[in-house]
This record gives sequence, C-alpha cells and structure tokens, in this order.
Amino acid sequence: MITVKNLHKNFGPLHILKGIDLEIKKGEVVVVIGPSGSGKSTFLRCLNLLEQPTDGEIKFEGKSITDKRHNINNTREKMGMVFQQFNLFPHKTVMDNITMAPIRVKKLDKAKAEAIAVDLLRTVGLEDKRDAYPSQLSGGQKQRIAIARALAMEPHVMLFDEPTSALDPEMVGEVLDVMKKLAERGMTMVIVTHEMGFAREVGDRIIFMDQGIVMEQGTPQEVFNAPKHQRTQDFLSKVL
Amino acid sequence: MELFTMFWEYRSYFLTGVQYTLILAAIGVLCGFVLGLIIALLRMSSWKIVRFFGHAWVEFLRGTPMLVQLLIIHYGFATVLGVSFSPIESGAITLTINSSAYLAEIFRAGIEGVDRGQGEAARSLGMSKGMTLRFIIIPQALKSVLPAIGNEFITIIKESSIVSMIGVTEIIFQSGVIVGITYDPMTPYLIAAIMYFILTFTLSRILGVFERKLKASDHR
Repeated sequence: MITVKNLHKNFGPLHILKGIDLEIKKGEVVVVIGPSGSGKSTFLRCLNLLEQPTDGEIKFEGKSITDKRHNINNTREKMGMVFQQFNLFPHKTVMDNITMAPIRVKKLDKAKAEAIAVDLLRTVGLEDKRDAYPSQLSGGQKQRIAIARALAMEPHVMLFDEPTSALDPEMVGEVLDVMKKLAERGMTMVIVTHEMGFAREVGDRIIFMDQGIVMEQGTPQEVFNAPKHQRTQDFLSKVL
Repeated sequence: MELFTMFWEYRSYFLTGVQYTLILAAIGVLCGFVLGLIIALLRMSSWKIVRFFGHAWVEFLRGTPMLVQLLIIHYGFATVLGVSFSPIESGAITLTINSSAYLAEIFRAGIEGVDRGQGEAARSLGMSKGMTLRFIIIPQALKSVLPAIGNEFITIIKESSIVSMIGVTEIIFQSGVIVGITYDPMTPYLIAAIMYFILTFTLSRILGVFERKLKASDHR
C-alpha cells in the first residue's frame, strides 16, 4: 500500500533520514520505535508530505506522491493523521471539527457528514461531547476526537505521531483502546510510539529506527524477545 | 457661547461633519480591512517578488506621514497623472491604503501566531492551502488580534480629521467654519472633541461585545 524507497530528509546541515526503505501492506499495523532524535516522527511526517523529502520516492496505492505533478491533497484525504498535540480546531465545536473536512473537501452534505460523525463519536465513546469545544475536553478526550476527525474522511491508512506522549498517564489507556479497536477492524496503521506494551500487543511488525536508518525490523516477538542489534538491545533495556 | 446652545444653533454644520467623518471612517475601516488582509497574505507568499511588494507597501505607508500621502494623491496625481479625485475620494483612498499597511502588520502577527499544528492538521485532512487559511488560520488569527484591530479602527476615525486639509466637510472642517462665524475658538472644537469621543467610545463598546462573543469557544 505504501512503498518507501531510499528516503532522505535534511534540515539544513542535519541529515535526519539517511535512506529508508519500507513496504507497508494493506491491513498491516506497523509500529515505529526508537530513541528520540532517531527520525521516527520525521519519517512519519514524510509519508503524507507534511515534511518534503530531500530525496527518494514514496508510493501510495501505486502512485508516486513525491512526484512534483502529484496533487498531494487528494492523497492526504486517504491518509488520516493523529498528532501528539491533538491539533483540534479550538474555534470549532467537536461536531464541526469532525464534519469540516468531509463537507469542505469531499463535498458531503451536512446531514450525511453528521451521521458519520455521530457514528464515530460512538466508536470513540464520546457521543455526549458533540457540542463541546476542545477547551472543555480532557487530553484523552481531545485525542479520541482527533482520531474520530481523521476517520471521518474514511482514510485507507492512519498515521499516528506519538498519540499518547502528551497525555497524563491515566488517559493513555482510553486512547490506546480506541487504536486497538481500529487495528482489530483491519485498519492499516503506522504508529510512532513509546508505549512498548501496546507495540508488542497490537503491532504486526516493529520497526526500530536509530540515527536516521531502520536498524532492525520484525515481528514483536523477534524484536522484543530476541533483538539482533546491539543498539536495539541497549534501547530496549532502557525502556522495558 | 454655551456648549449646548452652540451645538443646537449650528447643528446642521456638525451633523454634516459627523456624516462625512463616519463615511470616511467606514470606508477606511472596511476597505482597509480587506486590503490589509490581502497585503498580509502577499507578505507571506512563496514568491519573493510578491513578498517584496507587500513589504514595500507596508514600509512606505507606515514610514511617511498620512498628510503627505493625502497631498500626493489629491494634488500630485491630479497634476502629474491627470487623474483627479474629489476631496472625499482622495480622503477615502488615503485612509484605506494607510490603514491597510497597519492592519496588514496586525494580521501578519496574528496569522504567524497561530500554532503550526493547526495548519498541519487541516492539510493532513486534505484541505487545500486556501481552505486552510480561510477556515482554520484566519478565523483564529482575527480572534487573537481583535483588540489590536479595534485600536486601529479608532485610530482611523481620529486620523480622518486630516482630510479637512483638502476641504472635506468632516467634523474638523465644519468646526473651523463655525469658529470663523462665531470668533469662538474654544466651544466648536470642544464639541468636535466630544463628537469624536462618542464615535470612538461607541465603537470600542461594539468591539467589546464582539470580542466576548468570539470568546465563546474559550470557556473551560
């Protein structure tokens, strides 16, 4: 579904991504782990071109999205993204947050968009918050709404950029539960996270990134129980 | 002469003055607002030449006296370019372009102050650059700079007095006429001051209501 070839990203003199090759299949849950500064978030943000890659190619459903002639807006409709800082629109109610893109981008009529939104609010367990503003929600609630907002576009893949890192510990579980539910429904997901327990339980494949490259990858068993690289072992010994 | 007696006696003069001041200020505020927003967007364009134009516009109009701008537009253009505007037209154009420069800077500060994540979230949902600006960035930017915009509106009302220089019959011009008739240099200008104050105070009240309304999404 997503093919990444020789992806490089420079920020000025900093070489953040040093040639990533990766293939993500439909229905797969890929969890990216690694120390901070390893380029995991940058990698994820390159997948929907929030960061413009310096070199390399990314293909999504057979089409090269790094091609200059490609209209990225069409592709982004099909790639949902969830951010560490939620990024809900503070001037809009929960309902408007969720229905805005379907109405404006997909030209859905309001009633249809709201029906989808109500359904999604039920999925994330926040039906009663439809008229609330983001400032009235807790961190965990905000993130669940952000997930619903991304899902409202009916994306083919969901990208999660450290979705629980900004949450109070007691709210991490509610967000992970929603993500688990999504994975069970067969959603293709790419998740950058520090939640190792979650990665082990939900991930089909674990990618360990360090210093801008994919150091090691495999099933959760392989990576967590029998890491091959010294760097992976060091990292896991610190976080587990 | 007593304040109220004078006001009553010369009420038609004063009312004409208020009328012109209001027309000028309204045009300056509305057109300046739209033009200022356009200039602010030009200043953030990805094309260097467009950015430069926006930058030059702001620097030139902020860095020169409005009176000079008024005289150039009213007398200079008429003589050199052969385009002559009526005094009220010249006044409206000057107020518009002058306030657009100040408002553009206010808008730019507001737009740049909106969290980066907001734009990223909108773009990640497939919204175009234009949609993101229109529905996500600009509404939040306007809300945060509303007090500064209000300040500028009040400034425009007061600065409109400058156009009396080219004979627009606004408050100051009319007051001057009454001074000439009555030989009283105090009372007419005092009345003018009170009228300006009523205008600006009313405007700041209206903006206050508007501000509270926009804060609806802030309550916790």
